[in-house]
Amino acid sequence: MALLSATTGAAGLAFGDVVASLADRLPLVDVDSPLSAREEGILFKIRMPRLVLGMLVGGSLAMAGATYQGIFRNPLADPYLLGVSAGAGFGAVLALGFGLDVSWGPFDALPAAAFLGALIAVGASAAIARGAWHSPATLLLGGIAMAAFFSAAQTYAIGRLSETRTREVLSWLFGRLNTSGWSEVWILGPYVVVCGTVLLLHRRHLDVLRVGDDEARSLGLRPGRSRLVVIGAASLLTAAAVSVSGLIAFVGLVVPHIIRLLVSHSYRVIVPLSALGGAAFLALVDTGARTLTAPAELPVGVITAFVGAPFFALVLWRGARRVTI
Amino acid sequence: MTTAAAPPETARTVLACRQVSVTFPETEALKGVDLQLSEGEWLGLIGPNGAGKTTLLAAIAGLLDHEGTVRLACGRPPTGIDVALVPQIPILPDGMTVAEYALLGRSPHLGWLAVESRRDRHIVASVLERLDLQDFAARPLSQLSGGEIQRVVLARALAQQAPILLLDEPTSALDLGHRAAVLELIDGLRRSDGISVIAAMHDLGTAARFADRLALIDRGRIVTAGSPRNVLTPGRLSSIYATPLSVHTIDGELVVVAAPRARQEDRP
Repeated sequence: MALLSATTGAAGLAFGDVVASLADRLPLVDVDSPLSAREEGILFKIRMPRLVLGMLVGGSLAMAGATYQGIFRNPLADPYLLGVSAGAGFGAVLALGFGLDVSWGPFDALPAAAFLGALIAVGASAAIARGAWHSPATLLLGGIAMAAFFSAAQTYAIGRLSETRTREVLSWLFGRLNTSGWSEVWILGPYVVVCGTVLLLHRRHLDVLRVGDDEARSLGLRPGRSRLVVIGAASLLTAAAVSVSGLIAFVGLVVPHIIRLLVSHSYRVIVPLSALGGAAFLALVDTGARTLTAPAELPVGVITAFVGAPFFALVLWRGARRVTI
Repeated sequence: MTTAAAPPETARTVLACRQVSVTFPETEALKGVDLQLSEGEWLGLIGPNGAGKTTLLAAIAGLLDHEGTVRLACGRPPTGIDVALVPQIPILPDGMTVAEYALLGRSPHLGWLAVESRRDRHIVASVLERLDLQDFAARPLSQLSGGEIQRVVLARALAQQAPILLLDEPTSALDLGHRAAVLELIDGLRRSDGISVIAAMHDLGTAARFADRLALIDRGRIVTAGSPRNVLTPGRLSSIYATPLSVHTIDGELVVVAAPRARQEDRP
């Protein structure tokens, strides 16, 4: 998948040449790269960062989605549907639009603002649903309320921006993986490593929580504490992904569902495989985004929504009788 | 004044409740319950719906905030290592397999970030074998019958390797044949492993047959406790269940039936 993405693109580099060039960069491998310096530049300064970023974002969103589904015992939980993305988006728009340009080492204000928005959204969605987290309808309605609210807040905020800022913010909102070299990868990377590790270490908790809070407690787990840690990590991961890539919908819903259908219902399997599957999925989708209307590009979020929305409808349709309010 | 449910003097006490009270926002669910459980004993909790049987089990399992104390022989409050609770209506996660479900029983033995070791999986495998479930290990819970589900939930509890088993109406969902089979199974495990059992039981005849001792609970208090023959008296039962009941001995077993003239009324 990754290779396919790296070898496909407007600049038309030959498949074999790219493979050879990539192999040359590996330690202990010595192949003369057949690519010119300019082509190498395209490969390593444009395509590879974008590919890696896409994989990180896809993996993050899918993993966060799988985690939300586990922690809320709700198969329809997804960063986008829960309003987490919208919350993060609002936070990010404020930071972007009003030029909140504070940074501290490699960490700048954008992910922090997005994280704050994400936490408010997930907290409010869960609060609206109160104890009925596992009722897909209740939680989703909470998410819809949050998403609507934050979208409105976002629109208001955008309306007060200057025209150039507006264009910048809008293109970001559509969900895009345009990169400027490796800088986005370095912003997102640490969050993926830290939050991903936390989530992987807690995947047993997700399985125990599937029997409900009371039984989980009788099995020695502290559901409240687990939930706090895991939701925090998943929301931070979502916020970091959103702050570099904008709103990319449905990856967190589609990927864990496919894993569940094909492999296992156990979160010990779903969480790590979702990370891998999400990475592959977004790499593939972004290849489509770059090539379908070449030389123009589609925002990647548009394609995930094109794929994800019908899939979501299918999931709802199949489980229609179980989704009650 | 509640009657203390004291076990025979000779056996070692493994669990003691002292003045346990639970208050729910609207009502008081338990009022000063004293209870002792001996090693290897089967204590049956009986009483009308809403009397507090489930609440008492939940308080013992540490799932509820309560006044008073619940202590093991060593003086510690019990955790999932010491008591294994079989809920009345267990939640059966979609798509989870029998082996995955039983493995959850190892959870109390694991640290915050630990995962099950080979030893844990071995324990689960041997429990499944004991309950004759080894052929079901990879089967999703949704494909099992009521009797099989009951055995799987029991398997999870046994995987906890706790010396005390708390059963909440363990057989309410089963037909008569499976009901006896599951209770026989629990009785066998108790005798072979020296497990102590506290079971909330709906059917008074079954309770009398399996329990060494019965505690009759009504409106959050233990009204009386003792041998089934002493507890199950027509006068006491009739007043607590608010319906005329009679107690008979058939083939040496106690049977409680609604008296004929009460037929048109609601039975407990």
